[in-house]
Amino acid sequence: MDLAQTVSYHNNPNRWALLYRILWRITHGGERHLMAIATDADITNARIMEKSVRREIHKMHAFVRFRLIETDPQSGRERYAAWFEPDHYIVEPGSTFFKKRFANMDWSILTPKGCAHWNGKALMFTPGIAKNPIENPDHIETAWLTYYRSIFNPARLKIKMMQTEMPKRYWKNLPEAELIEELIESSKPRVNQMLEEELRPVKPRPKNAYLDRLEKMSEEEE
Amino acid sequence: MELESKLAILADAAKYDASCASSGAVRGDSLKGKGVGSTGGAGICHSYAPDGRCISLLKVLLTNSCIYDCHYCINRRSSNVRRAAFTADEVVKLTLDFYKRNYIEGLFLSSGIIRNADYTMEQVIAVARTLREVHDFRGYIHLKTIPEASAELIETAARYADRISINLELPTQKSLDLLAPEKSLKRTRQAMGNIRHKLDEAHDRRKNGDKKLRHATGQSTQVIVGADASTDADFLARSDDLYSNFKMRRVYYSAFSPIPEPSKILPLKAPPLVREHRLYQADWLMRFYGFKTSEILTPETPNLDLELDPKLAWALRNRQDFPVDLQSASREILLRVPGLGVRNADRIIKIRRHTRVRLTDLVRLRVSISKVQPFVITADHNPSSLLLDSDKLRTKFLPKPVQLELFNH
Repeated sequence: MDLAQTVSYHNNPNRWALLYRILWRITHGGERHLMAIATDADITNARIMEKSVRREIHKMHAFVRFRLIETDPQSGRERYAAWFEPDHYIVEPGSTFFKKRFANMDWSILTPKGCAHWNGKALMFTPGIAKNPIENPDHIETAWLTYYRSIFNPARLKIKMMQTEMPKRYWKNLPEAELIEELIESSKPRVNQMLEEELRPVKPRPKNAYLDRLEKMSEEEE
Repeated sequence: MELESKLAILADAAKYDASCASSGAVRGDSLKGKGVGSTGGAGICHSYAPDGRCISLLKVLLTNSCIYDCHYCINRRSSNVRRAAFTADEVVKLTLDFYKRNYIEGLFLSSGIIRNADYTMEQVIAVARTLREVHDFRGYIHLKTIPEASAELIETAARYADRISINLELPTQKSLDLLAPEKSLKRTRQAMGNIRHKLDEAHDRRKNGDKKLRHATGQSTQVIVGADASTDADFLARSDDLYSNFKMRRVYYSAFSPIPEPSKILPLKAPPLVREHRLYQADWLMRFYGFKTSEILTPETPNLDLELDPKLAWALRNRQDFPVDLQSASREILLRVPGLGVRNADRIIKIRRHTRVRLTDLVRLRVSISKVQPFVITADHNPSSLLLDSDKLRTKFLPKPVQLELFNH
């Protein structure tokens, strides 16, 4: 039943027929152990759909990006909103995570396949909307881009790995994606620069009681 | 200095710490709290950099000033890198601002060593304390600790963090003497042992009813590969020691990477990425596939084969153990088959209770038939012993010549 629930969120219109057929085979077709046969064609297809839905829910938890919309001047309570574009109908199963994590701020997740809203008391769902209505700029986003740029190691390019885990279809709603091309292009020159740098000499040890103690401890160890 | 400049410097300074995990914390959320944050279950990668690495935490140094002189490190005292320091409040604000926008799972905080170990640790702990106690932050916190700090401070850090770690950096004292003169293998192992006891104690207290106790649940460490002559055997022996004696969660193998401030003691070279990959594969064999280090490497071959994965390399050295009958072999033996991972081995065990295992089953499980084929027997396949005994078997598995990556030095 867990499998059926998950598969029901998939966007493939054939999912109902598949689920019904599996159910029939188990209950009426005499194949009681069908669920254990991982290599059966129907089970394999259902598992593939289940995996897609699960993966999409996980990507929702990963890639939804909130923007601060407003802060109540008296209570200090903040309100955030995010725009997301999932392939499957996962807004409902994916929202519990956000309720638990961001319990003490108001938030909305808006997608073409359904919207979720939290006001501190109840999680509500409304129909999907076609376009991203959020226009507020968010200066923390600039800090995030600075962080993204700085944490990257140009000596280790693994573009394929990045694209497998962060597929291009999500990029338009991830602000850091606009930096990717520039980071890739500048990596070789940056590394060549590093390899051409003059080697720095070793500076003398500063006067420091702690360093003296460390040296003494190491000598005693020998 | 402006906050953004500090962020650029202190994130850049932290990039060589490979740890990025945000998993393994005790489950919790903010529903009954005053702030934000939840943990538990698998970690989440909120973004990926073009180096293929997951970005799941705000990973920064509190300051990149440092009185140590570890020659592989950009922050060592002999480096001319631009120095900066955050205030505790700046880190707290950045963490919360990023967290609420769902950019991160939490904070990974390390620091250069200033004044002495205890003073440095106190500064680091202040950030975590403010997050937990003032803001009721329930997200993930990973704190780096210093082996020479007092046991009390390390334990305080463990109370505020979900994971703490000490970086070993090199597998033997000989290597440390050359490249990290202030570090000691003995003191590091001692600190790791103390941490292990505290982790065990906290685990027992939780089990015996103290459900509210918040404490780190594990420790991890990192070693640098390719900075000196340490062999893969040195690394794996040390990892085996750490996993067995200190219940280390993970050892991270970080390929020695060029830095913008190279040292006279340690000239730069291209990072040995394939070697790093093979070490991770060997590490997995030790932890999940039941291999002993003496099976993976021998005194004659102290370094891993770069061309073949270690399990395949082992199978080729031990052809007398094959082929294996998938219908009847034990789990231990199934795990030794090249191309068969833990999950597929368990799936085969489930399937074979109800039906005979065939090659099409392996295809559906996405097992590489060309890899597995010489080593297994199924209902519809029995490999020719000529192939298994042949000298040419190894050549079959060698990778085709590949365009070299960034470096041709």
